[in-house]
Amino acid sequence: MPKCGGSGLKSLFSLAFASAWNRRATLGLMAVSIALSVMLLLGVEQLRTQARESFSQSISGTDLVVGARTSPIQLMLYAVFRLGDATHNIRWASFQAMAAHPAVAWAVPISLGDSHRDFAVIGTTSAYFKYFRYGDRRLLAFAAGKPFTDIFDAVIGADVAAQLGYQVGDSIVLNHGAKGLGLTEHADKPFKVSGILKRTGLPVDRSVHVSLEGIEAIHLDWQGGAPMPGVSIPAEYVRKFDLAPKEITAALIGLKSRAGVFQMQRFINQYKGEPLLAVLPGVALDELWSIVGIVEKSLLAISALVVAVGLSGLVAVVLAGLGERRRELAILRSVGAGPRVVFLLLAIEGLMVVVAGALLGVLGLAVLSLFAAPVLEARLGISLAVGMLSAEAWQLLLLVMAIGFLVSLVPGYRAYRLSLSDGLTPRL
Amino acid sequence: MSPFVIDIQNLVFQWPGKHGFRLSIPQFLVRRGERVFLQGASGSGKSTLLSLLGGVLQPQPCHLRVLDTDLTTLTSSARDRFRVDHVGFLFQQFNLVPYLSVLENVLLPCRFSQRRRRQALESATSLEQSADRLLGQLGLDATLARQPVTALSVGQQQRVAAARALIGHPELIIADEPTSALDAGRQAEFLDLLLSRCDDENVTLIFVSHDQRLGSHFSRTVDLNELCETTAL
Repeated sequence: MPKCGGSGLKSLFSLAFASAWNRRATLGLMAVSIALSVMLLLGVEQLRTQARESFSQSISGTDLVVGARTSPIQLMLYAVFRLGDATHNIRWASFQAMAAHPAVAWAVPISLGDSHRDFAVIGTTSAYFKYFRYGDRRLLAFAAGKPFTDIFDAVIGADVAAQLGYQVGDSIVLNHGAKGLGLTEHADKPFKVSGILKRTGLPVDRSVHVSLEGIEAIHLDWQGGAPMPGVSIPAEYVRKFDLAPKEITAALIGLKSRAGVFQMQRFINQYKGEPLLAVLPGVALDELWSIVGIVEKSLLAISALVVAVGLSGLVAVVLAGLGERRRELAILRSVGAGPRVVFLLLAIEGLMVVVAGALLGVLGLAVLSLFAAPVLEARLGISLAVGMLSAEAWQLLLLVMAIGFLVSLVPGYRAYRLSLSDGLTPRL
Repeated sequence: MSPFVIDIQNLVFQWPGKHGFRLSIPQFLVRRGERVFLQGASGSGKSTLLSLLGGVLQPQPCHLRVLDTDLTTLTSSARDRFRVDHVGFLFQQFNLVPYLSVLENVLLPCRFSQRRRRQALESATSLEQSADRLLGQLGLDATLARQPVTALSVGQQQRVAAARALIGHPELIIADEPTSALDAGRQAEFLDLLLSRCDDENVTLIFVSHDQRLGSHFSRTVDLNELCETTAL
């Protein structure tokens, strides 16, 4: 670049700024569109990171998840996410053996298979509310009521309460079978809502929790998945029967010391009584995420495309404006601006719009997440860190600016060619 | 030091490309301080000649000296430098950068040339003062200086452009139809102002126009058609 009056680059920037300011309406719109695309990109990146974090913390403080022998992912899907069905159950005796193991601090049984409307019913013990942790080792909290104490008590998740409009004291009827399929009802033995849990953003929100005895009670007069013809045991009399569970679906286990986790896992996997599987939830969740991860990657790719659209729009606008600026470029040439100065002028102008757009996008995202954070937390259980961009997000932002600078070279180059061919007399 | 500001011998320029034409000038000499009226319509090689004089175009090897500088041997950036250091340009219309103020437009050459900046400061305490004085001498009110150029009439714009060409005492002014957008009365007025400025500052002036009537204001008239040969290919 030729030396320009001692203040070369500064002078060039002030020229570029004056020129951009002159067309602030058009370029401002471009900056806004880039800002929106940057907001989308960074927002998706932010959400994706947070979602991943929330996902990997769907269950925490539990050292082992145990079920009948199957694939670890399937076990996680039905035991933690209430997706799909278990092919086999665990004998109650096996659970008791595990719970009695000296390394085990606590064990929570889980019995699945029934549903209420579209929501899964899980049979468990009150230990569930004492030991099940998620997120940053948070316990389940009650929005209203208390854990179940009676056989026919039920504790419902936040979504169940919200969607069906239930309150503590309401009566509900469970269905036999998985969600949606529940055609047969346990209508003779209704449950009473004893408590409503606070929202967690987990499958817990969409679950109805009852005691294992409750599960046994509604199946007393059932056999092979259907009511026994001619047999009907009224709710008043179930207490006279042995309601000790015979089978459960899965178990959550906490150890006295994490150091013994592999030893305990081996103990369960090699359990003599029946084939069992124990998985470390963290490992299995990571494995699961790698499947879910395709979605997040596609989302990121789509938002990257949106940024590309924004940047090409900028190039189009600057290029389109170039035609009417040929005279101006000729004037600059006449006062000593070389084609390279003209090139830089246009490139800097584009870069300024990109940088302004990117910063505006970051600002916009910060403001948006300030408002969106409480909603996301409440609705999805995703905690959004406001104002803080992750290292990956900063990298993305820098990448956007670098690409923005590269595409700004296109109008710069076009202006360079024009000023070479036009010289002092633009052919208009 | 040669007595000639412009010294051209056997110049040939060939525009590149299929439709490019060839321009040749056997000889063109302009003395220091001369006021030359170059008369010719567009298409007579006018733009090409002006671009060659300004160092925007480079001819085939020949004798092309402007202000004792051999333009054929300079690199393109050295020619850009030479242009702003020594030559003031004045165009037909839309002479000003629309997004700069009147003052910024006048001072544009000082942004790109140390020499022009230094010379502008020789007789003034600041660049602004130098610009204000020139604008005043060209009959423009000082209050106009801080206005956007788009607020000015065409006649006022041409005076601002003249001030830009003159700032920092370049040795040569090349004016390309600067009066063609003005009505007859304003043409004469503008020409008088420009010529008196050139006299005061002892600047050589090359004034191009198709309008023969203006020739009477100049010490010498050259017909472009006689000066150069153009051959279309």
